[in-house]
Amino acid sequence: MSQKTMRDAINEALHQAMEQDESVFVIGEDVAGCQGSAGEVGSVGGVFGVTTGIYNRWPDRCIDTPISESAIVGAAAGAALVGMRPVAEIMFADFIGVCMDQIVNQMAKFRYMFGGKSRCPAVIRFSAGGGFSAAGQHSQAMYQVMTSFPGIKVVVPSNAYDAKGLLLSAIADDDPVLFFEPKVLYQEACEVPDEMYTIPFGEAAFVREGDDVTVVAFGQMVPKAAAAIDELAAEGISCDLIDPRTTSPLDENAILESVEATGRLVVVDEAPPRCGLTADIAGLAADRAFASLKGPIKQVCAPHSPTPFSPELEAAYLPDIPKIKAAIKATMA
Amino acid sequence: MSIPTQALSNAYRLMKTIREFEERVNAEIMNGQIPGFTHLYTGQEANAVGVCAHLDTGDTIISTHRGHGHCIAKGAEVSGMMKELFGSSEGLCKGKGGSMHVADIDKGILGANGIVAGGPPISVGSALAAKIRKNGKVAVSFSGDGSVNQGTCFEAMNMAVVLQAPAVFVIENNYYSEHTNISYAVGCDDLKARTEAFGFPVFVADGADFFAVHEAAGKAIAHARAGNGPAGVFAEQGRYHGHFVGDPQHYRGEGELDDLRENHCCLKNFRARMVETGEVGNDVLDAIDAEVMAEIEQAVVDAKAAARPTPEQVTQDVYINYGAGA
Repeated sequence: MSQKTMRDAINEALHQAMEQDESVFVIGEDVAGCQGSAGEVGSVGGVFGVTTGIYNRWPDRCIDTPISESAIVGAAAGAALVGMRPVAEIMFADFIGVCMDQIVNQMAKFRYMFGGKSRCPAVIRFSAGGGFSAAGQHSQAMYQVMTSFPGIKVVVPSNAYDAKGLLLSAIADDDPVLFFEPKVLYQEACEVPDEMYTIPFGEAAFVREGDDVTVVAFGQMVPKAAAAIDELAAEGISCDLIDPRTTSPLDENAILESVEATGRLVVVDEAPPRCGLTADIAGLAADRAFASLKGPIKQVCAPHSPTPFSPELEAAYLPDIPKIKAAIKATMA
Repeated sequence: MSIPTQALSNAYRLMKTIREFEERVNAEIMNGQIPGFTHLYTGQEANAVGVCAHLDTGDTIISTHRGHGHCIAKGAEVSGMMKELFGSSEGLCKGKGGSMHVADIDKGILGANGIVAGGPPISVGSALAAKIRKNGKVAVSFSGDGSVNQGTCFEAMNMAVVLQAPAVFVIENNYYSEHTNISYAVGCDDLKARTEAFGFPVFVADGADFFAVHEAAGKAIAHARAGNGPAGVFAEQGRYHGHFVGDPQHYRGEGELDDLRENHCCLKNFRARMVETGEVGNDVLDAIDAEVMAEIEQAVVDAKAAARPTPEQVTQDVYINYGAGA
């Protein structure tokens, strides 16, 4: 056990999965890097450094590709269909726009359309989310969109410990898994065991426990919500903070049981509101825990807008601690 | 093809403007003044200028994540671009787009683009509009050696041939798609032949030589403008900086960057040619250098003083406004 960043925790999970199972391989753009160049192949390890060192140990199972997102996802889906366990990297979640058919119409549909006779144990990893002034085509969360498609599992870790355990579950899973890594959290560290461990899908984490308000947050919003809740503790407000960790499958029971106990719900996500996770969770509570609710459900999310470039605009765009605190207090009013 | 003296001076001015704009942007990023992801065009200036020299405002270009040079060559105002990169609400895109999305539609600049090979299909649409309107305009898409392996690029090239649209595909080979050499990422040995197999001619040029690019682009654009369907230009020239600012560039060979700057410089080549032909004097070029440096300095001063955006601007230009959100 030692302090590890989310980047290092994911990297360690990849190393351990590669070590344990020869059917696991990594594929993507610059996952090794420097192919065909004068430089040392393997010295990039992905643009965020997440696949560092994999090529050096398993050059045959760390596969650089051209810039061809559809072919990357398709190749992962096809290899998985015949028994391999690929872990593909798509550099930015926004590039789902380039390879959406292979995800949504192909890999997500195999098992169902083929009468349950196929398995597609592919993992697609993405860097996701805002916070880098990376503007409209490199900042989107995207996981909320993918959650709406049956046939794929969707993982959104909020810390290094969860990221490692969830990725090892993803690689072992027999169905396609989309794994969204909030890129502003890559450098955030926490205690992470050295050995392999798994975290089951569909099991939410209670990051804080309290009596007054249930707060559900996703990805990079989890640490922000925790900070908001800790500040409110001084004002005598105590909250449950639920991190679902996987949005598909979703731990409905954890959310409903908490709402039944507190009677108040705030849902926090960085994506825009329409057809998003905040509306989805609010709908769940309104449908299944209405009698317990003491007041309106509050959604804290980005406005209905692409992600702006300018730092001031992005700061206004993304939910922050004051907005989360205000929403929690509004449910207490 | 002889180029009028005024056009020569203008081409040099544009190349120098791009060079100094990029070098200053690099410095301002290091100073922490410019946020986000930035990809510099330094070294490849002759490509943009050699191509855009054949275009007027009715023609369009579409660009890439490495788009500053294309925008300047097509007439984007330097001050508005600098303000955009600084995130000002006075920027060309009101601070909404930044480096990767500089655009000026009125000048036929359909935008830099953060998606590799996002541009070529859109450019075919602009070319198709020109064909339908019979206005003799052309649409140029700039994209890199990395873009040629995307399905969108293949689809755009084929459809431009099918539709006989006046689209010009300018492929800038700077040898690296991000951190991977073209010798790995392009499977065949002859990319020109692979591209021509779509059914249009491709003209190849040394991208450090303005005159070579100008000649190749002239042939391609004349071909498209005359109604013969699409054409291609391949310009080969390495970039002086990394894929993005901050890239450690592990893929470079020893001395590679020094060699690029020393022996593959469009500005040096241009000056050497002018000494040879006497068409534009060194004194004139020196004066242009001084004017460009002053213009870039002023652009930075203006960008630092320019208005900052305010929160209510987040939801402007989204067609639908639900307010500022939760």
